[in-house]
Amino acid sequence: MGELRLMKGNEAVAEAAIRAGCDGYFGYPITPQSEIMEYLMAMKPYETTGMVVLQAESETASVNMLYGGAGTGKMVMTSSSSPGISLMQEGISYMAGAELPALLVNVTRGGPGLGTIQPSQADYFQAVKGGGHGDYKMIVLAPASVQEMADFAKLGFELAFKYRTPVMILSDGAIGQMMEKVELFDPIARRTDAELIAQCPWAATGKPKNRDHIIITSLDLDPAGQERVNLKLQAKYRQIEKDEVRYEMISCEDAEYVFVAFGLSARICQKSIDIARAKGIKVGLFRPITLYPFPVKQIAELAKKVKGMLVVEMNAGQMIEDVRLAAGCSLKIEHYGRFGGIIPAPDEVVRAMENQIIGG
Amino acid sequence: MEEQFAKLDIRKNENIVYKRTDLLVDRPLSYCPGCGHGTVHRMLMETLEEMGLQDKTIGVSPVGCSVLAYDFMNIDMLGAAHGRAPALATAIKRMWPDRFVFTYQGDGDLAAIGTAETIHACNRGEHFTMIFINNGIYGMTGGQMAPTTLPNMRTSTSPYGRDTNIMGFPLKMTELVAQLPGTYYVTRQAVHTPSAVRKTKKAIRKAFENQKNKTGISFIEVVSNCNSGWKMTPVQSNKWMEENMFPFYPLGDIKIDGVLVTPKAETVKV
Ligand SMILES: Cc1ncc(C[n+]2csc(CCOP(=O)(O)OP(=O)(O)O)c2C)c(N)n1
Ligand code: SF4
Ligand SMILES: [Mg+2]
Repeated sequence: MGELRLMKGNEAVAEAAIRAGCDGYFGYPITPQSEIMEYLMAMKPYETTGMVVLQAESETASVNMLYGGAGTGKMVMTSSSSPGISLMQEGISYMAGAELPALLVNVTRGGPGLGTIQPSQADYFQAVKGGGHGDYKMIVLAPASVQEMADFAKLGFELAFKYRTPVMILSDGAIGQMMEKVELFDPIARRTDAELIAQCPWAATGKPKNRDHIIITSLDLDPAGQERVNLKLQAKYRQIEKDEVRYEMISCEDAEYVFVAFGLSARICQKSIDIARAKGIKVGLFRPITLYPFPVKQIAELAKKVKGMLVVEMNAGQMIEDVRLAAGCSLKIEHYGRFGGIIPAPDEVVRAMENQIIGG
Repeated sequence: MEEQFAKLDIRKNENIVYKRTDLLVDRPLSYCPGCGHGTVHRMLMETLEEMGLQDKTIGVSPVGCSVLAYDFMNIDMLGAAHGRAPALATAIKRMWPDRFVFTYQGDGDLAAIGTAETIHACNRGEHFTMIFINNGIYGMTGGQMAPTTLPNMRTSTSPYGRDTNIMGFPLKMTELVAQLPGTYYVTRQAVHTPSAVRKTKKAIRKAFENQKNKTGISFIEVVSNCNSGWKMTPVQSNKWMEENMFPFYPLGDIKIDGVLVTPKAETVKV
């Protein structure tokens, strides 16, 4: 069993990054995720593992530092919250285009604009549909616990390097701030430069005599060449959609109705299941863990077995579009959402199920 | 046949006095004939070859006419988003401290959209080299006004001349970064004459020598022509540059070994 600690989600993801062998963190303070950089600065990993931690002048700079580090094969990460992630869209698009691995943690807050510092899930579209320009996707992991904040840091780096693509942990202010028991995995040593060069032959590390020079870019001025770049990206996305879907089903075996929810909303729905079942309503929960790739087939399967689905989100209705696309039109699927930083209560969610789906 | 042999004969080693460095890829440059970019590429690559740094250098190219610098420079390179080269270089140098890292940027890239990245990389005293090609115009996008465009200078977005009342003043980025404690060597050079080219090459050498000692930023501005954007012949453009650019952007060292060596730049007269 790994080391047990009581930690905030923000601290857990930072500690896990050090343990995963991360080479560099670049970030800019913003609530509700500033503890990530604060924790890293306090831990001084540059004295232990050699990991670089740098406070940049902006999120624009942070994400471009990420691009620079990733282009040389290093294991790099940044973190921010909604307004800062908006500034990072440039770099995300460039990294997707140049096929670079990187981990971004988004501890979301309510918007639009400066919005609020309270938790929200209103950045689902931005994360899963490609918030920057061009036809790209990034893998999006949605943690529902402090444990998953830690686990997904490691998983995120693995997926980023496996597919050479940016990966986002789409968390929220509550998961980032709340404290829970977490079991930490054992530290993995940072790769040496020689190991990196052997494992990442595509990385710009300095040209030896016996290989061609390496160019990291997303530019191809020739339309045919740029189409080839796009086709290659799309083929990679199809592979990811085939192999990397992750989800969880709770109490779905005998369920007549299901909640579909991710992250914090899924945690709330777990409590709602208890309340509903005590009333004799057979409900379950389907929780997408990867928001991209989205569990399309699994939702389609489930849709054949149940009488209705309530998509619970802390936004005005975003993931519901993907649920409806997956499930088709024959089933009753409605959305229940609170936004602006309001967290729905479990009994309120049960009432929504009764009013909008069962009785509606 | 005989003619070919005669040619080869002339190419005998003892006859060669000047040739392309192996650090430049053998392909035509994408620059307009007469443009200063190609000359700076050559000086940079010759320096790296002479210092034996090909396998230890990672370069960052900008968005601008030199966006394709990575196609010509035979070293590992990353192409940055517009203005962000200093951010990339910061991370690269911090995670590969024994590599030699440089950015190569135009005036729009370095002094407009990338102003924040430039100033903060300089202010943190990152240990890399910045090469700044100031041609007073946005060459790549077709000759629009740049932050460094001179007062009254005509560009496609200042077709009646840069009116400083409306369009603001040209930015002396080099004097500005020289004020920051994180810069160690700051100089302004040119490549319009053989002697200017030699001085630029010496400056580049000094900048890379500084990297060995982790001294902070070495910042080399090269005042250069954009004959196409300025709508002149290469010869006219060099003359115009001497008469108009150099008085406003005087050549020479501004900071050596961390010490300012010239009085503060003169203010703009309008
Ligand atoms: C975000 C963004 N904005 C605008 C552009 C368009 N653009 C490309 S190059 C350039 C200006 C380049 O001028 P400069 O840096 O002076 O380089 P030069 O071509 O003169 O060498 C602009 C505005 C872009 N590529 N990306
Ligand atoms: S447009 Fe100007 S800067 Fe660009 S290559 Fe031509 S002369 Fe050089
Ligand atoms: Mg220019």
